[in-house]
Amino acid sequence: MENFVLEFEKPILELKEKLSEIQEFGETNNIDMAKQVAELEAQIQNKSSEIFGSLSPWQRVQVARHPQRPYALDYLNIFASDFVELKGDRRFGNDEAIIGGFAKLRDGRKVMVIAQQKGRDLKERSLRNFGMAHPEGYRKALRLMQLADKVGCPIITIIDTPGAYPGIASEERHVGEAIAVNLLEMFKLRVPIISVVIGEGGSGGALGIGVANKVLIMENAYYSVISPEGCAGIIWKDGAKAPEAAAAMKISANELLKLDVVDNIVKEPLGGAHKDHEAAANSLYDTITAELNALSELSEKEILDQRYDRFRKIGSFLED
Amino acid sequence: MPIFGKTKFSTVNYDKTTPTAAMPSLEDSENPQEGFTKCRSCQSPILIEELEANSSICPKCDFHFPLRAMDRVNSLMTDFEEIDADMQSVNFLGFTGYDKTLTSKQMALDTKDAVVCGFGKIKNQKAGIVVMDFKFMGGSLGSVVGEKITRLVEAATEKRLPVILVTASGGARMQEGCVSLMQMAKTSGALARLANNDLPMICLLTNPTYGGVTASFASLGDIILSEPNALIGFAGARVIETTIKAELPENFQTAEFLVDHGLVDRIVHREQLKDELALILDYVSGKCE
Repeated sequence: MENFVLEFEKPILELKEKLSEIQEFGETNNIDMAKQVAELEAQIQNKSSEIFGSLSPWQRVQVARHPQRPYALDYLNIFASDFVELKGDRRFGNDEAIIGGFAKLRDGRKVMVIAQQKGRDLKERSLRNFGMAHPEGYRKALRLMQLADKVGCPIITIIDTPGAYPGIASEERHVGEAIAVNLLEMFKLRVPIISVVIGEGGSGGALGIGVANKVLIMENAYYSVISPEGCAGIIWKDGAKAPEAAAAMKISANELLKLDVVDNIVKEPLGGAHKDHEAAANSLYDTITAELNALSELSEKEILDQRYDRFRKIGSFLED
Repeated sequence: MPIFGKTKFSTVNYDKTTPTAAMPSLEDSENPQEGFTKCRSCQSPILIEELEANSSICPKCDFHFPLRAMDRVNSLMTDFEEIDADMQSVNFLGFTGYDKTLTSKQMALDTKDAVVCGFGKIKNQKAGIVVMDFKFMGGSLGSVVGEKITRLVEAATEKRLPVILVTASGGARMQEGCVSLMQMAKTSGALARLANNDLPMICLLTNPTYGGVTASFASLGDIILSEPNALIGFAGARVIETTIKAELPENFQTAEFLVDHGLVDRIVHREQLKDELALILDYVSGKCE
């Protein structure tokens, strides 16, 4: 897990291995390899730009699911502090797949954070249910967002889920209803809401905390109505055609921007967010604070109307 | 049917066989052979003419077949005025095969897309109504369905009328990608404004109601009714079985299961639906006095 390498990242890895060999050779034999090192470093840079500059939609899905990609708490640990986690939906239980609570951003600004959290190791993955929330997660999220609304605190929701959990308990306690109620109630919140898709934006499970004034997406994240595997299975009866489905559904950041599904793309460091958590977090922090600054100029009514209009205009159709 | 008071509704003879839940066929007609079709539940051959005369309910086992949207409207309403009847889907993602499917469904089903919206009267009470059409691409929620529902709800808010929403859908329309997902938010936003204006919304969930439709307007009714044995859920049964690698409980995701688990208020037989809706509209339109 330490060094999980995607197939298309291998040429970069090979160059990096060569680089360390040369460096080691230089050190053990006391030979100046500075020129060769600089050359290889430039090659690595070029190769990374070449590969990451032209990722296919399916390759981006793999980057979005990369096991070393920063998760919500990784970002928060870098640009937020004084996190007061608040737990439970006051009805059934506490869902660890969605966390929430008050936090202070690096500039001291107080916010309510709602975040889907995946697990890094086996134990945490099981605790977080791979970021797939049950109804309780969505109901907790709503309770906390309504608290933020009461105290006038802006809301940041961090989306990273393959989808809401498809299980018996989820259905018995109506995960569909939990998501639906969030969609409706989020339109009533008078405080600014910013959502950011940091990895996987899996369908209704993602949207359930995604009714925001501004929806951001990390450069290599995706947001989709159904997983590429699921779409391929239904349309072509063949889950292996997921790469085709990923391309057909236009689920990458730049395509979603054109469709007005997202409002802004957050740049990732070269080679993807998993290559440099710190740089990815700084980039996200800068975008979030810029958006918060802009939204803080709006009145309560403008916040409500802007959020309504933002979603109201999405869709393409023909009329006579 | 009210549980107390004078029983004034006709009842159907239930003594034959009890239907089991079954997914309706997506075919344009259920394998018509010399005027016959097969019941998805009891497998009996039924004369199509007899089925249609019986509100598309199986005369043998009482299984409720999907109703075409306009047939549903006509069974419930008078003075119906449709809105946005000509709105059409566009293949804006260039999704392979979508244009062809749209054209062939429009021709075969004589409708532009998967929903009929408008205003009319149920026993003299005005209401806005939305009826989804499962036969049109599985009643899938795309831009047209989302826009038409949003406009109907906005117009009902303006006119100060209650909304009745009859669902039948496999979920969001994949051929429109994430734009179809956003229709869930758009329609819910309009329903938030309807609710803010103290106007009621009544849902009737019919077989089947799934995915993004369940996770948006279908679950947002002040009152949620369902037809008997309708299959209703968020994730499909097969997806759940594959995920949990275990068998599902009996009656899982049926309307009856959802009454037991607290989502559905009442199950209403199709023959009694008009009376029941009129009675509910009488309670929720204007102050209780």
